[in-house]
Amino acid sequence: MEFGLSSDQQMLKESVDKFLADRASLAHARDYAANKIERDDALRGGLAELGVCGLVIDEAHGGVGLSLVDAALVSESLGYAIATAPFVASSVMAPLALMRGGTDALRQSWLPKVAAGEAVIGAAVSELAGGARERAAVQAIGGKLSGRALFAFDAPADAYLVATEAAHLYLVVAGAKGFTEVPLTTIDKTRPVRELVFDGTPAEYLPGSDDGELLEMVLDAGRVMLAADTLGAAQNMLDQAVAYAKEREQFNRKIGSFQAVKHLCAEMAAGLEPCRAMVWYAAFALDALPGEAHLHACHTKAHLTEVGKFVAKTATEVHGGMGFTDLLGLHYWFKRIGLNRQLLGSPERLREEAARAQSLVA
Amino acid sequence: MDLSYGAEYESFRAQVRDFIAKHKADAPRGGGLRDTKTLAWQRMLIEHGYAARTIPKEYGGYGAKPDILEARIIAEEFAAARVSPGLGGQGISMLVPTLLELGSEEQKKQFIAPTLRGEMVWCQGYSEPNAGSDLASLRTKAVLDGDDWVVNGQKIWTSTAQYADWIFCLVRTEPDAPKHQGISFLLFSMKTPGIEVRPLVTMTGDATFNEVFFTDVRVPKQQIVGKRGEGWFVANSILRHERGSLGDPNATLTRFNALVELMKQETVDGRRLIDDPVLRDRLMRIQGRVMALRANDLRLLSARVNNQNALLAGMIVKLEGTELRHDLEGLAIDVLGEIGTLYGDTPYLKEGGSWQAQYMFFLGLIIGGGTSQIQKNIISERGLGLPKEPKFDKRQEA
Ligand SMILES: Cc1cc2nc3c(=O)[nH]c(=O)nc-3n(C[C@H](O)[C@H](O)[C@H](O)COP(=O)(O)OP(=O)(O)OC[C@H]3O[C@@H](n4cnc5c(N)ncnc54)[C@H](O)[C@@H]3O)c2cc1C
Repeated sequence: MEFGLSSDQQMLKESVDKFLADRASLAHARDYAANKIERDDALRGGLAELGVCGLVIDEAHGGVGLSLVDAALVSESLGYAIATAPFVASSVMAPLALMRGGTDALRQSWLPKVAAGEAVIGAAVSELAGGARERAAVQAIGGKLSGRALFAFDAPADAYLVATEAAHLYLVVAGAKGFTEVPLTTIDKTRPVRELVFDGTPAEYLPGSDDGELLEMVLDAGRVMLAADTLGAAQNMLDQAVAYAKEREQFNRKIGSFQAVKHLCAEMAAGLEPCRAMVWYAAFALDALPGEAHLHACHTKAHLTEVGKFVAKTATEVHGGMGFTDLLGLHYWFKRIGLNRQLLGSPERLREEAARAQSLVA
Repeated sequence: MDLSYGAEYESFRAQVRDFIAKHKADAPRGGGLRDTKTLAWQRMLIEHGYAARTIPKEYGGYGAKPDILEARIIAEEFAAARVSPGLGGQGISMLVPTLLELGSEEQKKQFIAPTLRGEMVWCQGYSEPNAGSDLASLRTKAVLDGDDWVVNGQKIWTSTAQYADWIFCLVRTEPDAPKHQGISFLLFSMKTPGIEVRPLVTMTGDATFNEVFFTDVRVPKQQIVGKRGEGWFVANSILRHERGSLGDPNATLTRFNALVELMKQETVDGRRLIDDPVLRDRLMRIQGRVMALRANDLRLLSARVNNQNALLAGMIVKLEGTELRHDLEGLAIDVLGEIGTLYGDTPYLKEGGSWQAQYMFFLGLIIGGGTSQIQKNIISERGLGLPKEPKFDKRQEA
C-alpha cells in the first residue's frame, strides 16, 4: 500500500519546478503576453530536455514512458509557474490518443517530434467535452473534415487532434488544404486558444476512436491534467497570500495576525490540501482503475475548479488593493484558473456527467 | 502508487470476513452500553483481536503488533457488513491511549482492562463554564489534604457523565503557576461523595451532556496521571487522539450512499428526487467533497504506513470532515422539503428522523473537540506559519 509520491516522482517534480522557477517567471509570462510570442520555443525546448514533452510517450517513440500520475505532477508545476508552454493537449491528450488509437504511421511521424519538442499537437475537442456553442460542429465526410471547432488549445500547433460530432478522432495538419485558424482572445494570456475552420480538409482518422471510448479516455486525461494545473496555480496564489500576510503591516500589526485574514488563509489551505490527493487518485485511476476513472476525472475537475475559484478570489482579497493591480500580477494565476474552469467541461456539466456515470440520470 | 494491500493482507481480510460471517448473529444492534449482549460481543472481539488489538495482553488487550493496514481492514469489513465494531467512547478512544503513554504501571493495570471490556465507562471533564476554547483558563481546583486531593468546582458539556463510572478530569492544582503549568490530570470514580450530575438537554432533544458539580470531592493522591502541573501536557496527548477521529470520511461515505438511495426512492410531484437536476447537482457537489476527503484519508493512511509526513493533510480533517458531514445531512433535509422537518414520533418520518438528528449532532461536533474557528487558528498558525494573535492577558501567560 503506497498512496504518495515515490522518490523518483519527487525528483521529477523538483527538477521541473526548479527549471520553471528559473525560466518561467511572472516577468516571462508578461513578456510572452505583451509580445504576443505565441510559440515559446525556448521554454518548450528546455522542457523537452527534461523529458516533459514526451513524458507519457513510450520509449520506442522517443518518450519517457511515465504514468499519468507523473504527468499530473508536471501539470501542477506548470500551473504553479503559469508556464507559457503546451502540455495538456500536446503531451498528454494527443499522445494518448495516438498511442491507443492511432495508426503506426501516425505514431511514427508525430510522437518522436512531440517528445523532442519539435512539434506541438493541439486539441480541438471542446464541442464534445463541454458542449457545442455558436453552432460549432465538425463533420467528417469521406475522410475530409468540414465545419468549425472552438477553443482549440495548446495552439498554435503543427497539428490538431479534432473530435467530430460522431465522437471520432482525427489528426489534422495545420496548413492543410481548406484549413484556417482564428485566434480567440481569452482572459488567460499564458495559453492561446483558437477557432479552427475546416472546409473539405484532409485528415487522418484514428481507427481506435471507433466506439467513443477513446475520446472519453482522452477527455478524462485532459480533465485531470487541467485539474492539476488549477491545483498548482491555486497553490501558488495561496503561497503568495500567506507570504504577503506575514509581511504587510496595518494598525501596527502584521495583517496575518488578524483572524479575519488568518481564517481566509486557513480556509484556502483546508480546501486545497485534499485536492492534492484527489488529483493523484484520479490520475492513478486513469492508468490503473479503468472502472472508476471517468467518475473520478469528472469529479476531480469539477471539485478543483470550485476550490480553485475560491482560492483565486480569496488570495486576491488578502492582498488588498495590491491584489487588484497589474503590478503584482496575481491576476495571471486568477485568469489561468478561470480558463481551466471552463475548458473540457464546466463544473455543472461534469457533475452531471458524474451522475450519469453512476446511472443516476434517468 | 499501489492501492492494493498485498496478498498477506488479503488473507487477513478473508479471516476477518470469516469471523464476521460466523458470529454476526451475536452482534448487538443498537442497545445500551451495559446490555449483556453488548458486553459479551466486546469480550469476544477482544479475544479474537478485533477490538483492543494492539493493547498489550497484560492490560487486557489482544497484544498484536501495531499494524495500520490490519486496523484499516478490520474497520472496513465491519463497516461493510454493518456489524458493530465494538465499543468506543472517551474511555477507550482517549483515556486508554493516554494511560499507555503516560500512566503509571498500577494505573495501567487497574484501569485499562475493565475499560476495554466496557465494564468501566468514562467521561471527560475538561470544559467549564468559563473555559471552553480557552481550556487552559479552567478553575476547578484541587488542593492536597493528607493523602487526598480535594476537588471543588464545576464542569460543563460533559458527555455521558450521567452514566459514567469514572471521570478523567482537569483541575488546577498550582494556582500561582502560569496557566498552562498549573493544571493536573486526575482520575476518580463518579460515585465519590460530593459529585452532582445535572443533565443538559441538547438541540437534538436528548440529554447527551451534563453539568457536573464537585463539592469537597476526595480523590486518593496517587490517582493523578503524570506529575502535578503536567496535566496540560497529558491532556494534549488525548486531544491528539480525539482530533484524528472526528469527521472520518469513510463514515461520511456510508451516509452519502444512504442519501443517494433516499433520493432514488422519494418523490415530489410524482417525480423521483434524483431526477431533479438542481438537487442532483447539489448531491454531486457533496460527492466531490467526499471523494476529496477520502483521497486525503488514503494519503494519510499511506503516510503513516510509510512513515512520511503529511502535516497539513492531517490538520484539516476535523474542520473539513465535520463541516462536510453537516452539509450532507442538511442536503437530505432539503431534498425532503417539509417532510425533512419531521422529527420524533410522527407519520411520514424517514429513517427514524436520522437526517435531522445527524444534522444537529454534527453541528455539535463542529463545536466540540475544538471549534471550527479554533481549527482555523491551528491550521493558519501551525500549518501555514502565520503570526499568533497578540495576547492580552499577559498576567497569566506562560
Ligand atoms: C456535542 C458536544 C460534546 C462535548 N463533549 C464534551 C466532553 O465530553 N467533555 C468536555 O470537557 N467538553 C465537551 N464539550 C465542550 C467543547 O469542547 C466546547 O464546547 C468547545 O471547546 C467550545 O467551548 P465553548 O463551548 O466554551 O465555546 P467558546 O469557547 O465560548 O466559543 C464561542 C465562540 O467563540 C469562538 N472563539 C473562542 N475562542 C476563539 C479564538 N481564540 N479565536 C476565534 N474564535 C474563538 C468559538 O469558535 C465559538 O464560535 C462538548 C461540546 C459539544 C458541542
